[in-house]
Amino acid sequence: MIRKSFWGLVGLVMASTASAEWALNMPKGVTDLSAETYDLHMMVFWWCVAIGVVVFGVMIISLFKHRKSQGAEPATFSHSTTAEVIWTAIPVVILLLMSVPAAETMIKLEDTRDPDLSIVITAYQWKWHYKYQDEGVEFYSSLARQSVDARRRQSGVDVNGVENYLLDVDNALVVPKGAKVRLLMTSNDVIHSWWVPELAIKKDAIPGIVNETWFKANEVGTYRGQCAELCGKDHGYMPIVVEVVEPEAFKAWVNTRKDGGANLASAQ
Amino acid sequence: MTATTVDTNAADHDDHDHGPTKGIGRWLFSTNHKDIGTMYLIFSLLMFFIGGSMAMVIRSELAVPGLQFVHPEFFNSMTTMHALIMVFGAVMPAFVGLANWMIPLMIGAPDMALPRMNNWSFWILPIAFGILLSTLLMPGGAPAGGWTMYPPLVLQTGDAFPFLIFSVHLMGLSSIMGAINVIVTIINMRAPDMTLLKMPMFVWTWLITAYLLIAVMPVLAGAVTMLLTDQFFGTSFFLAAGGGDPVMFQHIFWFFGHPEVYIMILPAFGVVSEIIPTFARKKLFGHDSMVYAASCIAFLSFIVWAHHMFTVGMPLTGQLFFMFATMLIAVPTGVKIFNWIATMWRGSMTFETPMLFSLAFVFLFTIGGFSGLMLAIQPADVQYHDTYFVVAHFHYVLVPGSVFAIMAGAYYWLPKWTGHMYNEKIGKLHFWTSTIFVNLTFFPMHFLGLAGMPRRIPDYSTQFTDFNTIASVGAIGFGLSQLIFVWVLLTAKKGETATDRVWEGSHGLEWTVPSPAPWHTFTTPPKARIANESFE
Repeated sequence: MIRKSFWGLVGLVMASTASAEWALNMPKGVTDLSAETYDLHMMVFWWCVAIGVVVFGVMIISLFKHRKSQGAEPATFSHSTTAEVIWTAIPVVILLLMSVPAAETMIKLEDTRDPDLSIVITAYQWKWHYKYQDEGVEFYSSLARQSVDARRRQSGVDVNGVENYLLDVDNALVVPKGAKVRLLMTSNDVIHSWWVPELAIKKDAIPGIVNETWFKANEVGTYRGQCAELCGKDHGYMPIVVEVVEPEAFKAWVNTRKDGGANLASAQ
Repeated sequence: MTATTVDTNAADHDDHDHGPTKGIGRWLFSTNHKDIGTMYLIFSLLMFFIGGSMAMVIRSELAVPGLQFVHPEFFNSMTTMHALIMVFGAVMPAFVGLANWMIPLMIGAPDMALPRMNNWSFWILPIAFGILLSTLLMPGGAPAGGWTMYPPLVLQTGDAFPFLIFSVHLMGLSSIMGAINVIVTIINMRAPDMTLLKMPMFVWTWLITAYLLIAVMPVLAGAVTMLLTDQFFGTSFFLAAGGGDPVMFQHIFWFFGHPEVYIMILPAFGVVSEIIPTFARKKLFGHDSMVYAASCIAFLSFIVWAHHMFTVGMPLTGQLFFMFATMLIAVPTGVKIFNWIATMWRGSMTFETPMLFSLAFVFLFTIGGFSGLMLAIQPADVQYHDTYFVVAHFHYVLVPGSVFAIMAGAYYWLPKWTGHMYNEKIGKLHFWTSTIFVNLTFFPMHFLGLAGMPRRIPDYSTQFTDFNTIASVGAIGFGLSQLIFVWVLLTAKKGETATDRVWEGSHGLEWTVPSPAPWHTFTTPPKARIANESFE
């Protein structure tokens, strides 16, 4: 069994290096704020690279020049107030430069006023429930059948053959393009976290608390995410799929779901 | 029997300068700081391997997508137990072991101030971890709610729950007693001419760490006690249905948890600050500013806890405060790194194993510091939070950070402990394999996190396969590399006899006693000034 997995592993490494797309970085995403977040991330990253080049550069020079085998005699200095003031002050300035754009983006991220659409998300172990507040549509969203069949140990299904393995659901959340969507999040049992990287949104769904966040998607498409807070044994099996569609398509979708949704609401 | 020997024996008797008792009693009833230090170190190595084998289970399961070896609930137990064991069983006791051995030797004290408490604080640990490990066999399995023990999830733990709480209480008890001992020893038992600012950096960082421990371990004890009463006594501290607040636990936990991070790194700073001057043959640059920087880090550690909670829905002003405060930590941490490099600058360096581990520490801890700075930026943190980016970050600061510093310290002081030089070639082999594999393991995790892989999942979507496979290969390589260290220890007494000074550039009181350090040292207080003159 172990032997078989080992060779499977070796084969997989060989096969995958040839074909895989190597996602190295955070996605730019499809909202204004996801792009801003990406820019912030890259700004801090490049600052780190710059600092790293200087600091590691000096260290590497020292490692090569100031070694005993090169005949280096140790100097005797052990203190320099000037140097210490400089290398305290420069980081402070760099941090100030970083903090301003970060604070600006954060303030926008928290501004949930005037939404076009409000959706209440209730988390369960281990699925999501979506309720469109004004449209009278609500449904559960859980792991798609194909993944459910493949995820079990010794299921006999090659997961590489399953499309969007573990990232597909039975009922996707559908939202219109260009609308400010406010999400109201809570949980029915333990803490979960609703995360879609392309929308740059991650918010905890906490029992007894209603959290708010928002997004406005600029592009039509299907965006996938997962629960990000450990929530028990099937934490890895509660994906999120958001379909962003044109506003007309959204209206049509609401109409097809409405009856079922209205019945559900009146039944409660 | 001649009169002289009678006299000597009598003198011995008055000094209580008899050797250790024979057999198990020497260890069970030990009040000797060196023996207790040795026990701490061996215990932490054992825990390092137990916690490490759990990491091997985790990485084997994650090597390829699909479930191969374990069930998701057992996987969650593995991540939870791995963290608890590594944090409380491996890293913290290793530093306490180094403190026990080296603080009295560095300050010229005959022993720790409170030797019986020292014995108790050690012997609680095997009991605590015996209890914790026994939960693996209990109905409902070992704790699987994460080492952070967030309610309400942790309340779904099976029979293991009260055992988890009790073992955390015991670990806290042990840490608090260890910390009290360190503080009392350092404050009261220094060599007469060793003023506070003349103390070696390892002593300084441990003094600060000990205060942090006393401040936060009771907070953790309080938090887990509230979990216990919520579960069994009908309270609702954290249960929304009874008017409680699950987020309050996170605030209390991280008020402990963030200083805890520095508890695990400040002594590492201390170790590295001892080693770099020795092998650069040059005095530590800016000793006093290093002390201020460490104190500053300790203070800041109390006001940044909520950066672990940027997604729980805090008020905007709160989030702004915690972001700015967190970014500030980069300043004193930067000072430390710059000072180490300034110590190397124009030194006369050689690269024995302790120095190699210390240099890797400076490089790789800095990389962990960079990702820490990125994580401080709240909007970006919303994307990083609870992903493998965070896993990469804290493993960089804990493995090539704390663990490498512990390894560096072990190689550095091993000749003083055993009286023999370890095998330098094998030591270097240990260093190079560890360094290569640690990067192979944790560097790809940055990419996984950025690409969208959450942490604590037993299975993943197929686009994450490549980096997971690389990380798993690296992890198994890193695990096997640590067996080389065991080899070094087993052959530690076979090398050539060590001199008292051991290293050419060694400095400080611990190098003025013979190698191996006799069972009792500094029964009369030494002059600290003489020991520090090597660079002057």
